Amino acid sequence: MKSNEPRSTSSCAACKFLKRRCTPNCQFAPYFRSDEPKKFANVHKVFGASNVIKILNEVPHDQREDTVNSLVYEAEVRLRDPVYGCIGAIASLQRKMAELQHDLMVTRSHLAYYEAKPSSTASCSFVDYDPLNANMPSDFVDTSVSGGFLDSFSQNIFNMDQSGSTNEFGQFPFP
Amino acid sequence: MISRRCSACKQLRRRCPSDCIFLPYFPPNNPQRFSFVHRIYGASNVGKMLQQVEEHQRADVADSLYYEAYCRIKSPIYGCVGIISILHQEIYHLECELAKVQAEISLVKADQAQTESQLAQGQQGQQREISPRISANSLDEQNGVYSSLLSSSFDLSSTPWFY
Repeated sequence: MKSNEPRSTSSCAACKFLKRRCTPNCQFAPYFRSDEPKKFANVHKVFGASNVIKILNEVPHDQREDTVNSLVYEAEVRLRDPVYGCIGAIASLQRKMAELQHDLMVTRSHLAYYEAKPSSTASCSFVDYDPLNANMPSDFVDTSVSGGFLDSFSQNIFNMDQSGSTNEFGQFPFP
Repeated sequence: MISRRCSACKQLRRRCPSDCIFLPYFPPNNPQRFSFVHRIYGASNVGKMLQQVEEHQRADVADSLYYEAYCRIKSPIYGCVGIISILHQEIYHLECELAKVQAEISLVKADQAQTESQLAQGQQGQQREISPRISANSLDEQNGVYSSLLSSSFDLSSTPWFY
């Protein structure tokens, strides 16, 4: 593993970026290899090197790699979307989930219809009716992403459960 | 004249100018808001992020930074990325379930169509021997429908690495 190799002249990506000597006990070295300079550059731009160290010091050693990976992901998303960052991604996923829940509900009702439909002759008035191809109501999900979503978002995010508890429809407790 | 420093300048212990970039978004009556973002991002990074967007977008920037900082403080390992992963999982399960129900509809419709066609041909007595009921056990015949429904629905390319 690269972290067990004897110290060479090559610094980790963090120390290269910060233009300082990379010591053997450099806290960045296990997570920011020299061949991934962009990773540290992004994290540094969003969080700053000293804040990254503070966050890493709050977590156990065996979970620091996951912490760094989540910081890298969050920084990348923030740089791609400077206004909403990961919150925009969450809102988008919530909308998709709401659409899927609606589609699933509608499709289950279709299945119930077809299962209950009598398989009789053409005299049955339902034979030619195909609810799947009938005019359906327009999409009920409001897809607008305005500043207003953050107001309703705030009512739920402070009640969130990171263990992933959901309501009976599998919907995460976001609006 | 009452001078009120924004919570950023209060915490940074400096004078709050009238054009302070933090003032509209970190009012003095909510010190926790700036305290969280300062702890995770640092004041100068927050200032830079506010400055690089249009003024009408800055409120949303401040709000989203606050929510992300809150998530990170509450869950130092994954922050709000943990929520994204959970949502990806939920969406994946919903897509699986939807594909399954759609496949069942196709099976039921095909079964009913076959039954109706045989009834119309007046072969009620023979249909049970000649044409076994199409069921989930004979998915090989329906495989084209079932597998195509499944394969078209999933895009895991944007899923965070740990799921």
